[in-house]
Amino acid sequence: MQQAASTAVERKSIGTTGDTIFEWMCRGAGLLVLVTLGAIIITLFVGGLPAFRQFGLEFIWSTDWQPVEGRESYGAAVAVLGTIISAILAIIFAVPVAFGIAFYLTELAPPWLKRPVGTAIELLAAVPSIIFGMWGLFVLVPIIQSRIQIPFGETLGAIPLIGGLFQSTNFAGTSLFAAALVLAIMILPFIAATMRDVFEQVPPVYKESAYGLGATRWEVMTGVVIPYTRISVVGGIMLGLGRALGETMAVTFVIGNANRLASSLFDPTTTIASVVAMEFPESLMGSLKQSSLLALGFLLFVISFVVLAVSRWLLRPRLK
Amino acid sequence: MNRRSLLALGGAAAALCVSGRDAIAQQVQITGAGATFPRPVYERWGQAAREAIGVQLNYQSIGSGGGINQITNRTVDFGATDAPRTEAQLRESNLIQFPTVMGSVVLIVNLPGVADNALRLTPETLVDIFAGRITRWNDSRLAELNRELRLPNLPVSPVYRADASGTTFVFTTYLSRVAETWRTGPGAATSVQWPVGSGARGNEGVSNTVRNTPGAIGYTENAYATVNRLITTQLQNKSGRFVTPVMASFQAAAAQADWSRPGFAADLVDLNGNDVWPIVSPTFILLPTNPAADRVEGSRQTMRFFDWAFRNGAEAARRLEYIPVPDAVHTAVRATWSAVRNPGGSPIWTPSAA
Repeated sequence: MQQAASTAVERKSIGTTGDTIFEWMCRGAGLLVLVTLGAIIITLFVGGLPAFRQFGLEFIWSTDWQPVEGRESYGAAVAVLGTIISAILAIIFAVPVAFGIAFYLTELAPPWLKRPVGTAIELLAAVPSIIFGMWGLFVLVPIIQSRIQIPFGETLGAIPLIGGLFQSTNFAGTSLFAAALVLAIMILPFIAATMRDVFEQVPPVYKESAYGLGATRWEVMTGVVIPYTRISVVGGIMLGLGRALGETMAVTFVIGNANRLASSLFDPTTTIASVVAMEFPESLMGSLKQSSLLALGFLLFVISFVVLAVSRWLLRPRLK
Repeated sequence: MNRRSLLALGGAAAALCVSGRDAIAQQVQITGAGATFPRPVYERWGQAAREAIGVQLNYQSIGSGGGINQITNRTVDFGATDAPRTEAQLRESNLIQFPTVMGSVVLIVNLPGVADNALRLTPETLVDIFAGRITRWNDSRLAELNRELRLPNLPVSPVYRADASGTTFVFTTYLSRVAETWRTGPGAATSVQWPVGSGARGNEGVSNTVRNTPGAIGYTENAYATVNRLITTQLQNKSGRFVTPVMASFQAAAAQADWSRPGFAADLVDLNGNDVWPIVSPTFILLPTNPAADRVEGSRQTMRFFDWAFRNGAEAARRLEYIPVPDAVHTAVRATWSAVRNPGGSPIWTPSAA
């Protein structure tokens, strides 16, 4: 007994050092994340301060982007609106399709098809974004140019109030619509994979009880599965939205890079990420242009933060 | 035994690779960044110089603005720009500037049924197109100039450079000179606020976009139009004649260059002369006058590369339809290289160092 107790004490004293080191390493890792995040926010804010000081709060809603030396004037409105609208459009295009994929994979597909289609979706997520940009530019843009823009313009353009949204004088094909479509295809795998995973996790007993009561497949989906998986579905959508907001190269290739507000779906415009990608390499250190670009980066950060906060608020009741 | 011999084999192969790489690394590498305008000729010179004098050129065509930025930050051995720097700017960043070749900006169009060099444009219609005042190709102003052509009823889609570009600087300088509305409006710079159209990255991007969009018109350096076989247009010059973008028109402009301006910034835009192409520009190299100790060798090799290119690169340049600068200018340029000094204060370049 004595021996067992002393060896137990010995083992414990040797073990404590290892435990302390490990604890501190984990703490360090957590702190590193916080410090990095803080450093990024501070760099963006401090770098963007000259722009805010020069243009005031007007910077946020000004649509100017005049880079000529001597009459420089920058504003964030075009880029911010382009980012938000293209991301929202991408969500509008992607979510129904993702839902359809998840529904098909969990309810309708024969068992031998589930694995291949599921793997294909996951492979789509692994495709690098610049490949999407190239594919979008060489395949999608000509299709939009020749087969989508003109029919849309003629048919939907006749609708009284919102018809103008579908008509444009820009026939280069690179436009807000092209960017939204490419983004939708890029975020589709994340949303679809998340939805499929959580749909599969619904306890079968719930669905079986619903079927037992005479519910149709659709009623089971909308009445049982979706309410049960609401949190994760919203989480998956927010994940997709976050990716769409920050996507750079794929959008830069197909959005047309015009620093003007898009008055129609088929107009070229720009997003925060793509204007930074295009104009940062040439901006001289400490110049007003570079500080405007850093300020834009800071605004993108704020937008992402707001999106995250909104999603947290939407899920709040369940988290209790 | 099997595994061990495999391991030995792998180790031998790795050692062989490393030793092989050492031999290749004997070549000197110089890095440059900047304009896409002269990229075709710099790449051709780079390939030839690798065999001839053992200098390997790594040129990043990121646009003139990017080139100026990189050389100001001394992250590369030389910068390349089409937009010349003023004397004050050169002094402030401790740079010298010299020209390598002259190139021209041409208009490329994608109009089904219109042949190469068939479309005629005047400065006024060109400004109207890029300002958004002419929106369809069968507009009366264009039809009047081109009575023998059947211009299609397509919308006009201008394409410009979305990144900061010396080609944009040259083109907008021309537009500002021929139209007061453009000078007070978007102005002349490496990056301006374009009233209409969509942007693409690099001369390559503009060429691609024009090629894929019926009804598009864009501006690029002549070499991209020739190499990619794009349809170019005629332009009316200051003397009122319609000129085609061919070597003779470019040479007519280049012959009038005044190289005595500071920084060799000869102005070749919108010159007088019957056969002159109105949008020609030299392209420049920026070299630091005070390279750091670890950059001295790179600086010396850069000057060695350009010295070789001045003596042997004219044929390659002409084949790509660039115009080499005259030999007298080469001599003047070499004289300015004595301003490039190492941290000890002595010039890095001596003629015998070639």
